[in-house]
Amino acid sequence: MSDYANPETLVSTAWAGEHAKDPNVRVVEVDVDTSAYNEGHVPGAIAWAWNKQLCDTVRRDILSQQDFEKLMSESGVGNDTTVVLYGDNNNWFAAWAFWQMKMYGHRDVRLMNGGRKKWIAEGRDLTTEVPKPLRTRYSASKADLSLRAFLPEVQRALSQNGAALVDVRSPQEFSGEILAPPGLPETCQRGGHIPGARSIPWGKACRDDGTFLPYEELKALYAEEGIDGSKPVIAYCRIGERSSHTWFALKHLLGYRNVKNYDGSWTEWGNLVGAPVERGAALTAGGGR
Amino acid sequence: MKPEAYSERQVEVDGWQVNLTSYQLGASFHCKADNVSPGAWLARTTGTTRQEAEQKALERARQLLSRTRRQ
Repeated sequence: MSDYANPETLVSTAWAGEHAKDPNVRVVEVDVDTSAYNEGHVPGAIAWAWNKQLCDTVRRDILSQQDFEKLMSESGVGNDTTVVLYGDNNNWFAAWAFWQMKMYGHRDVRLMNGGRKKWIAEGRDLTTEVPKPLRTRYSASKADLSLRAFLPEVQRALSQNGAALVDVRSPQEFSGEILAPPGLPETCQRGGHIPGARSIPWGKACRDDGTFLPYEELKALYAEEGIDGSKPVIAYCRIGERSSHTWFALKHLLGYRNVKNYDGSWTEWGNLVGAPVERGAALTAGGGR
Repeated sequence: MKPEAYSERQVEVDGWQVNLTSYQLGASFHCKADNVSPGAWLARTTGTTRQEAEQKALERARQLLSRTRRQ
């Protein structure tokens, strides 16, 4: 992991196992399937539910600064706590939590490389014991919106070619063949992608065991599609969690300075009246299909 | 407790590739079905045998995948 631009943002399963109960470390499981934690989790880990604790449950938004502070305080996270996040689906929503923590200025937050899948595949200990952290008084910074893209910025990127758009959904979602991942509810009116977006499915950044590709392979993956850090990048998916995974890879593992997550993603763009939509398979960087 | 007998395999359900992950935890077998692309969770089940857990996961996956429309 040492070749990455910010290697300290990733820890191995072995490291997490050794340090999960350290007094200044808080391990948190964040899953797509929010009940997976109850089946068994990393000893010492608490859980955050992405759909109840990591978003505003009334309007569509991330947590407010106040709600973020409340969650951290109740979770026993202090401003100097090392937070290690992991979860299912190769850390989709763990990366979503990482992105929010960075937006609110948490200094030391890390992902457990390979997530829940790797932990289980390695036959590491699981427990159903739920820790009861001591409450802290957490103080967050104002949200750093340089990490987040809103619709007008994406529209500007399209009209002015000011940023590279990376669509990290599956090829079938990108082409418009399906409106949502197979088996999941369709939450948009139209299928396809934002015109000009490059198709780089999030999973290409991972090996079979769920860990990230080594630095050189990761860099080559994105460079092949013209994403080399020379211009701002906006990543999107369907609701912003898969693109958090890619945002993490680009921003923290490759060290590209200007990378944003468009969490409105396809469930925003694909429902807009009059928005331009392109359909069909991905063009290669050279222009062919 | 430690998960044992971890296994991963791919099967086709209703024309979609599904990844089945199963393992034993104590006296139970646990199974998780994900669609291969993009890798999203479809079902998580338990059973007294691996076969039972996988069967339940496949049934649930089939129900969900049959609703997916191709445009």
